[in-house]
Amino acid sequence: MSTFDFLMQGLVSAMEPINLLYALIGVTLGTMVGVLPGIGPATTVALLLPVTYQLDPTGSLIMFAGIYYGGMYGGSTTSILLNTPGESASIITALEGNKMARAGRGGPALATSAIGSFVAGLIATLALAFVAPYIVKLALVFGPREYFALMVLAFVTVSSAFGNSALRGLTSLFIGLALSLVGIDQLTGQNRLSFGVPDLLDGIEVTTMAVAMFAIGETLFIAAQGAQAPDKVEAIRGSVWMTAKDWARSWKPWLRGTVIGFPIGAMPAGGAEIGTFLSYAAEKRLSNHPEEFGNGAIEGVAGPEAANNASAAGTLVPLLTLGLPTSATAAIMLAGFQQYGLQPGPLLFATNPQLVWGLIASLLIANLMLLVLNLPLVGLWVRLLTIPKPWLYSGILVFATLGTIGANPSVFELGMLLVFGLVAYVMRVFDYPIAPVIVGLILGPLAEQQLRRALSISQGDVTTLVQSPIAAVLLGLAAIALILPLVLRLRGRGNVLTQMAASED
Amino acid sequence: MKHFFLASILAGAIALPAAAADYTIMAPAAPGGGWDQTARTMQTAMQQEKISDKVQVMNVPGAGGTIGIAQFASQQKGNPNALMVGGYVMVGAILTNKSPVTLKDVTPIARLTGEYEVIVVPAASEVKTMADLVEKLKADPGAVSWGGGSAGGTDHITAGLVAKAAGVDPTKVNYIAFSGGGEALAAILGGQVTAGISSYGEFEGQVKAGALRVLAISSDEKIEGIDAPTLKESGLDVVIQNWRMVAAAPGLSDEQKAAVTADIEKLAKSKTWQDNLKTKGWIDTYLAGPEFEEQLAKDITATEAILKDIGLVK
Repeated sequence: MSTFDFLMQGLVSAMEPINLLYALIGVTLGTMVGVLPGIGPATTVALLLPVTYQLDPTGSLIMFAGIYYGGMYGGSTTSILLNTPGESASIITALEGNKMARAGRGGPALATSAIGSFVAGLIATLALAFVAPYIVKLALVFGPREYFALMVLAFVTVSSAFGNSALRGLTSLFIGLALSLVGIDQLTGQNRLSFGVPDLLDGIEVTTMAVAMFAIGETLFIAAQGAQAPDKVEAIRGSVWMTAKDWARSWKPWLRGTVIGFPIGAMPAGGAEIGTFLSYAAEKRLSNHPEEFGNGAIEGVAGPEAANNASAAGTLVPLLTLGLPTSATAAIMLAGFQQYGLQPGPLLFATNPQLVWGLIASLLIANLMLLVLNLPLVGLWVRLLTIPKPWLYSGILVFATLGTIGANPSVFELGMLLVFGLVAYVMRVFDYPIAPVIVGLILGPLAEQQLRRALSISQGDVTTLVQSPIAAVLLGLAAIALILPLVLRLRGRGNVLTQMAASED
Repeated sequence: MKHFFLASILAGAIALPAAAADYTIMAPAAPGGGWDQTARTMQTAMQQEKISDKVQVMNVPGAGGTIGIAQFASQQKGNPNALMVGGYVMVGAILTNKSPVTLKDVTPIARLTGEYEVIVVPAASEVKTMADLVEKLKADPGAVSWGGGSAGGTDHITAGLVAKAAGVDPTKVNYIAFSGGGEALAAILGGQVTAGISSYGEFEGQVKAGALRVLAISSDEKIEGIDAPTLKESGLDVVIQNWRMVAAAPGLSDEQKAAVTADIEKLAKSKTWQDNLKTKGWIDTYLAGPEFEEQLAKDITATEAILKDIGLVK
């Protein structure tokens, strides 16, 4: 049987009413939990694992797939409306999405995110079905030095999106990098900057930091302004739906986001966040409306949201083809497979085609269900913004605190949430951008570990970093991205760049 | 709308930390790893075998379990319904992190499962046997890069023991720590490191598919179904097992301890548990009572010695 026949057979199996019901339960639960900051899809799947013992393998995996996609999507709703990212992959969405929501364009922001997620999920799932074996070969070529080069590229491109003062942006970035050093060093097992506090041994949780920086910091900032707060939030201006212009500006970012997100998701050390960073930076460079970035550019929502969902499908590539779980959720899905005596890996496509194709088909179904479930709710969600400010922001505080405690029941974690909230408030008052802190916290450890691994393997020979063609090309791109703006500025075009740069809040 | 919003938050918040349970098992790791899977398998088996009506699993991730054990020892003192999963990796982590809370501060109940370590190379590697690898190691210890799990864990310790047994300075071992088995496996398959070292389960699929070659296994005797010599047969006197255990809270009375031990014994002998061991490829290494305590003390001393040899503990 050909790939196509298998997929059709899988679709038939996934379309059975009972399997459709499992998919519906999965996406609903996934979305609900994805909305809670701090509690990611992994915890949800782990909690539900015992429930599915009674189901047949196809049914339970279909439910898992729904939860996974639902969780990836749910995080974006709170990012856009409340500036409170539900999980780390939707941090970037908050930058433009929340600006749009405050300008009365929350409807189109939610819609482009929902449709972008659908488009990306659809293309990426089809790619999973047809090109998984090739993608996985590419992913394996990536060793420590290639990852390091990728991180360098991410640093350079993302730092161009750091507000209107390079110095302030870099200051924020280095705060993030410094914080990322806290905890046990992964390569030697030794403590760094933990000052004997056991809770710090495992470093600073990215989601706690993101919630503190965005939600708590902003709440304090708004509260401090008191009644003089200038911007009156308008829930809806113009249409709740996307206009023809919105469509025209969204479709290319969706596709680009997919192309960026899918292969990075498939890389064992990639991760969804890096795809969203790169997609945001790419959209900012390519946009015809660069002046809107920082004030609610729809491309800045469409691209990263597509990248985030495409990388969720990408994660399944190494899981199904190699048995490699590259995210916590994938590790639990692997446990789910093992529960039925199945060993994902190179033999799974040959030994259990029905199950694999059933899963891929159910991803397509889950994706469609997410769209059906979320689009009609857009009109309802944006009304959240009509809640009087004191109520809305106290609600956000409760929400952020609950999510953090739910994910990690510890007094210390809560204290950290509040302290970093205060730090974020001070940074806002002095006009330092917030996002680079999070970027540094996420990319810092990855870059450091990969660099040290690469040098350890080469026994200290630095030239190893440019000896691989892929690494050399990536570093070359990074160099161009760094030098080109400097050249342009020297040639008197600095004004354009100043306009292009914008603060995210 | 507002009410719906608040209600859904509350529903979510209440649904997650479920109400009172007969046993609460702490997995001192993130969802998905070996300890988490052990805790969740215990949960299923205890409920299905009616050992306990309601079992809840709680994750406290971080630092090789030392964050979890610190929280467990302080918050659950005297609570006969609290259990914690742990294992060999925790023994090492307590030493490397200089954790103030150790296994002495909880009540170890029993060892439950174990997995042996294997040393693998990609199928295309020029290294064909363990002897080839030892030869390379002796020629230039730094040129052999070992890919495995977290620093100071079982994989790292095994690499150190192998070097020591081969007469090579263990501090010269070029061990590359990866987060989680998945990333290490990718680096081994991609030929980024010379050899890989981890529990057999991590590599099983790739070995069966012919992508990886097993050079040796760390068991005492040959294991059925695994076509590789033991380290001992390869002339290296190393036997090591990545075991997992269950502990109860500190400060229990003798009766309470006996009751927990009885429940765990019932669990370990139950059909559901045994079936689960088979599907997961875990070896039944059930050991309780004074024999377990003696074995645990031995393992701690041996681990401390090797961690000093590798240079992770001063």
